[in-house]
Amino acid sequence: MALPSYTETRYRIWHYFYVAICTFVFFFLIAPLFVIFPLSFNAEEFLVFSEGMKRLDPDAFSFRWYHEMVYGTKNPWGLAAKNSFIIAIFATIGSIILGTLAALGLSSRHMPYKGLIMAVLISPMIVPLIISGVAIFFFMAKVGLAATHTGIVLAHIILGTPFVVITVTATLSGFDHSVTRAASSLGSNPVNTFMKITLPLILPGVISGGLFAFVTSFDEVVVVLFLAGLENTTIPVQMWTGLREQLSPTILAVATCLIILSTLILVTAELLRRRSERLRGINR
Amino acid sequence: MSSETKQILTTDGIPLEVSLKKAEKKNKIKAFLLVAPLLLFLFITYVFPIGEMFTRSVDDKMITNMLPKTFKAMEKWDGKELPPEEVFAGFYSDYKVLIENQTQGKLGQRLNKEKNGFNSITKKLMRQIKRNKIDESQSIKEQIMKVHKRWRDVEYWQAIKRTAPPYTMAKYLKGMDMYFAADGSIAQVDEDRRIHRILWLRTLEIALFVTIFCFLMGYPIAHLLATLPMKYSNLLMICVLLPFWTSLLVRTASWMILLQQQGVVNDFFVLIGLVADNNRPEMMYNKVGTYVAMTQILLPFMVLPLYSVMKTISPSLMRAGKSLGGTPFVAFWKVYFPLTIPGIGAGCLLVFILAIGYYITPALVGGASGTLISNQIAYHMKSTLDWSFASAMGLMLLSGVLVIYWIYNKLVGVDNIKLG
Repeated sequence: MALPSYTETRYRIWHYFYVAICTFVFFFLIAPLFVIFPLSFNAEEFLVFSEGMKRLDPDAFSFRWYHEMVYGTKNPWGLAAKNSFIIAIFATIGSIILGTLAALGLSSRHMPYKGLIMAVLISPMIVPLIISGVAIFFFMAKVGLAATHTGIVLAHIILGTPFVVITVTATLSGFDHSVTRAASSLGSNPVNTFMKITLPLILPGVISGGLFAFVTSFDEVVVVLFLAGLENTTIPVQMWTGLREQLSPTILAVATCLIILSTLILVTAELLRRRSERLRGINR
Repeated sequence: MSSETKQILTTDGIPLEVSLKKAEKKNKIKAFLLVAPLLLFLFITYVFPIGEMFTRSVDDKMITNMLPKTFKAMEKWDGKELPPEEVFAGFYSDYKVLIENQTQGKLGQRLNKEKNGFNSITKKLMRQIKRNKIDESQSIKEQIMKVHKRWRDVEYWQAIKRTAPPYTMAKYLKGMDMYFAADGSIAQVDEDRRIHRILWLRTLEIALFVTIFCFLMGYPIAHLLATLPMKYSNLLMICVLLPFWTSLLVRTASWMILLQQQGVVNDFFVLIGLVADNNRPEMMYNKVGTYVAMTQILLPFMVLPLYSVMKTISPSLMRAGKSLGGTPFVAFWKVYFPLTIPGIGAGCLLVFILAIGYYITPALVGGASGTLISNQIAYHMKSTLDWSFASAMGLMLLSGVLVIYWIYNKLVGVDNIKLG
């Protein structure tokens, strides 16, 4: 962003002002995440930087809360993590299957009422979570699936499919349909064509939609709060209870682990996005 | 259509037009069958339950089913003076059935909501009936009226009559701090008890300001990301995407740590001498906390649509504007800004929709003055168990969101939502 040498002073000042604003906003976005790292290594029980930490005294830092998170007595994190992963994995699989099929149908130029159907399929993403939570709770209670893993998985499939539908339709928008026709004309049946031709081509979109669905389920708390019993507690539910009741540094240790997880997911998603854009011939 | 075109036949001897139509129909069905599983799933588990919320919110059948004979007799009563003997007799026999089923308590509670003082007089009547003090061979009206003076008050009978219809809009009125007055007209709740209107206004205010803050902060950085060379912008994009992918609760937790009284932000203010150490301002559990945290959490939803629009604007347009004699400001305002309006619309509507239904962050950092309508819905779902009221409030919020969603769909199109 170097300025040409002929720039007038007032534009020069304006430009530095603009850069300063942008720096501030980027700092505002990213800095809050980094306050959690050092505090999760706090040797003390308080959620503030102790005097020792400010002096960078090694004794002020410890793995105490990570130890507590894994081995602590009566701690809920083990069960919560297990539940979170089980629910998120099944919800992701369900979302991918239903979402990809729907996206294939929606991308066909023969699809009737495309706009209306798309609006319905995307609605769980737009409707406020609290309303989705109430509605899904009423349904699950009626069919006897409240406080079961199955109920939560189904709820998360509802919330996760819009992401898969969006990403896969986006991938399919650059899809060359003549390759599937070529496969059919060479005698391949539709299932075979899908597995051998279509799926490999749209895979980046499917996986990145799946990542969104996974994160949505893994991070979702509003609906789970309505549906979950004690047995179905998940990491976000535990964090929610922890943040409301006793703010212990164990939460920060968990949060640090979650930030590392989200970084990994971000990197995967970015790599996939670039690969998909390369495949679709979008050069930037 | 001329007869010659109709005569084009396929090899099977079927007219081409028919054959093409058949193929088209087959393709339509094929496409629809692919969408059908998800559509069916969503309708059963999601769309219908939302519709059911409506039935629940207007449902008032409980009393209708409890007092069938009373309401039958009341049909002839004009509701102005004390009801005739038949109404009292009907109420007496209905109430006796309720006592036998031991559900009379529910009736008292429900009627008490309609008019204060019902609970005690129904209990009193129950005791009289249980002790067989009511002689059925004599006028029941006279005997009931002797039980308590309120039974002689026509307002109490009017209150019972008001509960007769199996459906009621009372919950919706309650959501707007209104109620049905004794004569059936709609009245306002006393000024000091209008809690819901404050909540609606506060929800709108917070959603509006968060949208404005997000726009003011998101526009410059989206512009920077779109104009910087790829290798720098990719790096900076991580600053937008990492919060986007990070758990909402983690981000809320970090704001709770930052904004607390002994927190980093206050430490910094003390350090630069903005506030005194013993006079640290409260930044959490009020509106400030809600604004700051929600703006940071929703900012990526503003930046991403803006960025994807700005990316498509050719830099030569700005150069052309400048070379035609516009100052950079004029060139920006007349050329660049109008081109970004679709992105602004998409970003603002998305942030507004998300902000208006926010629940977790306001509940944790909002305190009493930062809570929104969603928190009230959750409160009625979990604490007061007034599910029909929660449903009514939810649907009122939903109808607002759907209007914005409809506008969004017209302006942007749902299939143009970009992710990541």
